[in-house]
Amino acid sequence: MRRSRHRGRRLRGLLMEALMFAAAIVVLVPLVSILFYAARQGLPGLTLEFLTSMPRPVGEPGGGMANAIAGSIVMVSLAALMAIPLGVLAAVYLSEYGETRVASAIRFGSDVLAGVPSIVVGVFVYALAVVPVRHFNGFAGSLALAVIMLPTVTRTTEAVLRLVPTSLREGALALGATRWRAILTVVIPSALPGIVTGSMLAIARAAGETAPLLFTALGNRFWSLDLTQPMASLPVQIYTYAISPYEDWHRQAWTGATVLILLVLATSIAARRYARARGALR
Amino acid sequence: MQVPPAALARRTGAGRVQAFLRSQRADGVFRWLTLAAGVLILLILLAMALGMVRAAGPSIDRTGWRFLVRAEWDPVAEEFGAAAFVVGTLASSALALVLAGPPGLGVAIWLAEVAPARLREPVSFLVELLAAAPSVVYGLWGIFVLAPWLRDHVQVPLSEHLGFVPLFSGPPLGVGLMAGGVVLAIMIVPTITAVSREVLRAVPDSLREGALAMGSTRWEMIRLVLLPAARPGIMGAIILGLGRALGETMAVTMVIGNRAEIPRSLLSPAQTMASVIANEFAEAVGDVHLAALVEVGLVLFGVTLLVGIGARVLIWSVTRGRSLGGGVL
Repeated sequence: MRRSRHRGRRLRGLLMEALMFAAAIVVLVPLVSILFYAARQGLPGLTLEFLTSMPRPVGEPGGGMANAIAGSIVMVSLAALMAIPLGVLAAVYLSEYGETRVASAIRFGSDVLAGVPSIVVGVFVYALAVVPVRHFNGFAGSLALAVIMLPTVTRTTEAVLRLVPTSLREGALALGATRWRAILTVVIPSALPGIVTGSMLAIARAAGETAPLLFTALGNRFWSLDLTQPMASLPVQIYTYAISPYEDWHRQAWTGATVLILLVLATSIAARRYARARGALR
Repeated sequence: MQVPPAALARRTGAGRVQAFLRSQRADGVFRWLTLAAGVLILLILLAMALGMVRAAGPSIDRTGWRFLVRAEWDPVAEEFGAAAFVVGTLASSALALVLAGPPGLGVAIWLAEVAPARLREPVSFLVELLAAAPSVVYGLWGIFVLAPWLRDHVQVPLSEHLGFVPLFSGPPLGVGLMAGGVVLAIMIVPTITAVSREVLRAVPDSLREGALAMGSTRWEMIRLVLLPAARPGIMGAIILGLGRALGETMAVTMVIGNRAEIPRSLLSPAQTMASVIANEFAEAVGDVHLAALVEVGLVLFGVTLLVGIGARVLIWSVTRGRSLGGGVL
C-alpha cells in the first residue's frame, strides 16, 4: 500500500518532468522554424550582387540592399559612438562613486528607460530631432538607436565594474594614482571584456530595431549617407518589402532578413562567447 | 640662457596640465563628468515624458479623458479615440501571456532544476537566440509562415466547428488578433524563462535540501517548496513579459491585420497602440492626427512604465537585487 503510493508520487514527478521537457521543445519549434525559413527562402538570393547593388524598380529583376546595409552601418555606428561613452561614464559613477540617492535614481531611471517601448522612443526623437528641421533624417535615427542602447550599456558595464576586485583599486591608489587615473588605467581595462560584451549586445539589439526608424530616418530608395537626409536601413527595408504586394520583393525581404539575422546573431553570439571565455557577465 | 625644466614647463603650461591631472581638482572634474552622464539618463526620461505631453497637447485639449474610452478613429473627420487600440493591446497581450506563461515557466523550472547539464547549456543558448532575433524577422515569419498556418490548421477548423462561439466567429483570415497574440507569445517566452530561471536559482539550497530530506520527490520539492518561495519573482517575470508584449511593435504590426475597430473575436483583425503608431505616424495627415498618435504613445509609455515598475518590485523581493539574466534583460 505505502509502496504503491510512493510509486504513484514518483510517476507523477516523472510525468511533470516530461511535460517540462515537452515545453522546452514547444518553445524551440518557432525558433527552428524561423531559422529554417530564413535559410530556405533567403539563402538562394544571398549573392554578392544583393549586398553590393541598389534596389531596382518593381518588375526589374535583381538588385539588392546596398543602400540599406550602408545606412544601417552608419546609423548604428553613430549611435554606438554616442551611447557607449555616455553609458560607460554613467556606469563608472554608479559603481565607483555611487552609493548616493542620486545613484539609485539613475539606476532606477536606466531600468525604466530600458523598458520603454522602442516605438515610444521613436515618437520622442521625432519631436526632438525631426520636427525642428521639418524632415526625416539619418541623425534622428541614430539618436533613437542611441537612446535604446544607453541603458543596456550602463547596466551591463556597472555589473562588470562591480566585479573588479577592490584590491586592484587600492593598489593603484597606494601607488599614488589619483582616483580618476586609477579608474581609467586600472579598473576599466580589467573590466574591458565585460564592457565590450555589453556594448556588442546593445549594438546587436539596435541593429535589429525597426520601429523607431520608421519615422526618424524613414528609409530611402536611393544611395545616401547624408545624415541630414532620410536614410535607408536594413530592418526598415525588410519591413517595406515584406508588406508590399510584390513576389520579388518578398524574396528580397527574406534575403534581407537572412543578412540581418546573420549580423545580429553573430554579434550577440560572439559577445556571449567572448564574455564566457573571459569569465565576464556570467 | 639655460632655463630650468620646471620653469620651462611652467612657462609653456605643460607643467600646469600635469599638475592639474595629478590634483584633487581633476578628480572632482572626473566625478562630475560621470555624474553628468548618469543624470543625462534621468533627463532623457524627463524630456520624453514632458516632450510627449506637449506634442500630444492639441489632441489632449480636444478630446480630454474620453480619448481612452472612445472607439472612433477617423483622421478625415479628425475624431480620435484610442479605445480600439487599448482593447487590441490588452487582448493580444493577454493571449500572449496565456500562451507563453505555462511553457515559459515550465522551461525555466526544467532548466533550473531538472535538465541534465549536457542539455542545459544548449537549450538556454537557443532560448537566448529567440530573444536576440530582430522583431521585424518575427513579423516576416509571421506574415508568410505563421498566419497561413494558423488560417489553414487552426482557424478554418475552429470556425467550422465552433463558429457559433462569439470568440471564434468571423472569417478565417490568418492575420488578426490570434496571429498577433501567438507572435507576441513567442517573443516574450525568453523573458519569462530567463527571469524565472534566475529567480528559481536565487531560492536558497537549504530549502531544497530540507524538502528532499523530508522524503519528497523532486517534483514535490519543486511544487511545495520552490514555487511558493519563488512566487513573487515568477509573477514579476510574467509581468515583465507582459510589459514586453504591450510595447512590442513590428511583429504585431505585420500580422494583426490593422483595423481600427474593437475586435469582436480572436479571428478578427485588430490594431494595438504600438501598431497604429507604426502604421500611421509617418503619414499622419494634419496636426490633430499627429497629436492623437503621440497621445497613444503617451498612454503606452504610461502603461509600460507602471507594469515595468511593478514587475521589478516583485522580482526584487525574491532576488534581493542580484543581477538578472546574463544580458537578456
